[in-house]
Amino acid sequence: MKLNLKIWRQKDANTKGEMVDYTINGVEGDMSFLEMLDVLNEDLINKGKEPVQFDHDCREGICGSCSLQINGEPHGPDRLVTTCQLHMRKFNDGDTIVIEPFRATAFPVIKDLVVDRTAFDRIQQAGGYISVNTSGNTVDANATPIEKDKADDSFYAATCIGCGACVAACKNASAMLFTSAKVSQFALLPQGRVEATERVENMVRQMDLEGFGNCTNTGACEVECPKGISLENIARMNREYLSATVKG
Amino acid sequence: MGILDSKVPSGPLAEKWTKHKNKINLVNPANKRNIDIIVVGTGLAGGSAAATLAELGYNVKTFCYQDSPRRAHSIAAQGGINAAKNYQGDGDSAYRLFYDTIKGGDYRSREANVHRLAEESANIIDQCVAQGVPFARDYGGLLDNRSFGGVLVSRTFYAKGQTGQQLLLGAYSAMNRQINRGKIKPYNRHEMMDMVLVDGKARGIIARNLVTGEIERHSAHAVVLATGGYGNVFFLSTNAMGSNVMAAWRAHRRGAFFANPCFTQIHPTCIPVSGDHQSKLTLMSESLRNDGRIWVPKRIEDAQAIREGKLKPTQLKEEDRDYYLERRYPAFGNLVPRDVASRAAKERCDAGFGVNKTGEAVYLDFASAVQRYGKEEALTRGMKNADSKTITQLGKDIIEAKYGNLFQMYEKIVDENPYETPMMIYPAVHYTMGGLWVDYNLQTTIEGCYCAGEANFSDHGANRLGASALMQGLADGYFVLPYTIGDYLSNDIRTGAISTDSPEFEYAEKEVKDRINKLMSAKGQHSVDYYHKKLGKIMWDKCGMARNAQGLEEAIVEISALRADFWENVKIPGGTDGMNAELEKAGRVADFLELGELFAKDALTRQESCGGHFREEYQTEEGEALRDDENFKFVSAWEYKGEPKDAVLHKEDLVYENIELKTRSYK
Ligand SMILES: Cc1cc2nc3c(=O)[nH]c(=O)nc-3n(C[C@H](O)[C@H](O)[C@H](O)COP(=O)(O)OP(=O)(O)OC[C@H]3O[C@@H](n4cnc5c(N)ncnc54)[C@H](O)[C@@H]3O)c2cc1C
Ligand code: SF4
Ligand code: FES
Repeated sequence: MKLNLKIWRQKDANTKGEMVDYTINGVEGDMSFLEMLDVLNEDLINKGKEPVQFDHDCREGICGSCSLQINGEPHGPDRLVTTCQLHMRKFNDGDTIVIEPFRATAFPVIKDLVVDRTAFDRIQQAGGYISVNTSGNTVDANATPIEKDKADDSFYAATCIGCGACVAACKNASAMLFTSAKVSQFALLPQGRVEATERVENMVRQMDLEGFGNCTNTGACEVECPKGISLENIARMNREYLSATVKG
Repeated sequence: MGILDSKVPSGPLAEKWTKHKNKINLVNPANKRNIDIIVVGTGLAGGSAAATLAELGYNVKTFCYQDSPRRAHSIAAQGGINAAKNYQGDGDSAYRLFYDTIKGGDYRSREANVHRLAEESANIIDQCVAQGVPFARDYGGLLDNRSFGGVLVSRTFYAKGQTGQQLLLGAYSAMNRQINRGKIKPYNRHEMMDMVLVDGKARGIIARNLVTGEIERHSAHAVVLATGGYGNVFFLSTNAMGSNVMAAWRAHRRGAFFANPCFTQIHPTCIPVSGDHQSKLTLMSESLRNDGRIWVPKRIEDAQAIREGKLKPTQLKEEDRDYYLERRYPAFGNLVPRDVASRAAKERCDAGFGVNKTGEAVYLDFASAVQRYGKEEALTRGMKNADSKTITQLGKDIIEAKYGNLFQMYEKIVDENPYETPMMIYPAVHYTMGGLWVDYNLQTTIEGCYCAGEANFSDHGANRLGASALMQGLADGYFVLPYTIGDYLSNDIRTGAISTDSPEFEYAEKEVKDRINKLMSAKGQHSVDYYHKKLGKIMWDKCGMARNAQGLEEAIVEISALRADFWENVKIPGGTDGMNAELEKAGRVADFLELGELFAKDALTRQESCGGHFREEYQTEEGEALRDDENFKFVSAWEYKGEPKDAVLHKEDLVYENIELKTRSYK
């Protein structure tokens, strides 16, 4: 396959970026999207040019590093996949592909396609944990049985990879889906209940401080989420938040 | 044994750890506030260590090259984590876990460490559940288990095929709590470039800020390296792309011995290589072998027809299939350990029975599991006369509930539906059992430099059993290191803050800068990947699943020549002041080019076959590994002396007081 690429190039946070055109030949269907970029980069290096910088690590769809806006969609056209698991067989010979970084005020560009998503970490630092001592002496793990459905739902919420596609997909750049997934994981477990009130308040406060937009229930986040994190989590978080503020 | 003092406590095996903990020196809580610890790496080992050390009251600085600790390579672990809880009542115990691990490692690990690991294993599950890790549960609300290769009990705890993710998020949340309290200061997108020694003790690191390119000095009273394994020396592996040996190798150059570099695990169930452009290999969790049966065609003509696309695997009758693991190893069948399963697959493919285009793949088939589960489910639902379509559907649903995300991943990559046609798998580089030599306290041969998780060598011997790396990482981080490091730090309560203005820091920083400048000024013609791929090919062909003296000797010469060429001819575009992925890769590959040679040298010295180290010259008539306990019952610990060829071998004799060394058999 031969492809035309339009890629966002930006030297650093303080320099203005621009779209640059590239053509690439010999793309095969079983290459991943990132492997296609590797081939492009190899070519650029051989020509003495600077390769395109993008974030990636596991290339297995689990670390949440890769983050490309492909033809206007986070992680590209395929559903329930990350960019590293998107394969070129989803494209056709002669296609033009527009590749941009995730765009949101709370995710400043660092270079080319790399953005800073540490706002997510700060939301979790504000309360996304259970306050238990880490040096042992906890109760036996089977001492508190947990309903299978609850445990499964908690697990599904916990599978969020923190990629930020939900933010990039949202017209308000809201971080509701991400934050609600984190809140839900703990809200569903008996271990997490004790400090539920502070947790949801602190996390929501931090989310707002980071400059994410408001949620207007458009649902684009759920559509683009590579892990299928459901909108139910947002509803659950809203309930948690409401009961927290009522209590408070 | 000379300079290698393992510091294993005396006394009966099962009492060593408790006794040791009782005798260890403690640091008064008020004094912990005056002590700084650097933890490099925030995977399971580093993340859990950092959280616990901070919890205890030390000031912790963490470093990782990703933008967030939550993205460390541990996130990718799929199958599960072992613990001797005996919840299933199938006869498990700490002793049995200890025994399985020692045997699985082909008797090349340290008894006392492994026993401690088995003892702590049960604790880990309790800890993680308390932290909110959502492990799989059964309908009674209790924790569910499954089994992994090399064992006959069900002791693996899991969260679908995403166990590593859930455990790492647990450790990361514990870190977050400490970050929020100000006890951990995280330095993400930072790479450790060197270690700084003052008066022979590890007192800090030189790191590069990967966003600004700045070279920074960081001091501490002790340095913990939890930087993961070095499987990426093979270029293609299941490791995350950024996994590297740099931190361990830099410590090695400063005096930490590197142990058993040639012990590499090849994992039997990976998605086969598809082409030259491939950047990495994807693992299909070993847990699939609980239900998947492995086979190739019995007749070579059938294999050929399949490769040419003239025959479909589902068309092949049961009696025309060779379930070679079940045939060769009736007791363990598809659940033999990884090294055994990998070699058996290679043997069949080498003999011409491979089933994909390249001839390097075997089948992992779920058809009979679908039927088995389907029938069971139909009965439990009271459907006595369910038709075959219903049974198949019910069976598929059960398989989906167990392995859904793995099946989905396979389909995305291979573009085939594994519910309808058997998966194709082939062995790939996965895990490195070698690493920095550590004593019982997890201290390296540099005072004050500790090493935990995959980066050290201690617990898995020549082969790691499934689901035990996560266990080791968390045991080291939550329960071992926080104790043992106190013993060392108790001497530091009056030291005060360590200055970064000393000549030692200045010197180390200058060395790092010079090295970067040297890399940048090579201005040659080849990209870093060009060298990495070349190195990987040498490693796979000559130091891979099977090795022989001639190949290893060639590898040593070839790697050393490749290294010389790299330093002359590598081409790194861009600058040093800012983000530059090529420069990052170059530094890592430069170290792989040294490690690779030491790896080959270690493999050459070890004239026996054990675990993942298979020397073709040493095998039984049936093609099984032939160990030589008389001459090689030791850990090889290499001392840095300049070029890898000059490295000096030290031996730590392995003492087995509680286990009789037997030939490993899974028949
Ligand atoms: C696909 C896959 C599946 C697996 N499945 C299982 C399983 O089911 N069960 C099991 O028990 N094991 C499994 N393993 C093995 C297990 O995941 C690893 O051995 C384990 O997670 C390693 O943990 P770690 O903390 O030692 O290192 P890692 O998680 O690799 O962490 C290394 C850390 O070091 C940092 N780092 C490295 N170098 C530097 C540097 N120079 N400067 C700064 N930071 C640095 C990284 O940023 C990272 O934070 C699997 C492995 C893979 C690849
Ligand atoms: S909710 Fe989905 S899209 Fe958002 S960060 Fe998590 S995984 Fe990514
Ligand atoms: S690189 Fe890890 S999710 Fe894509």
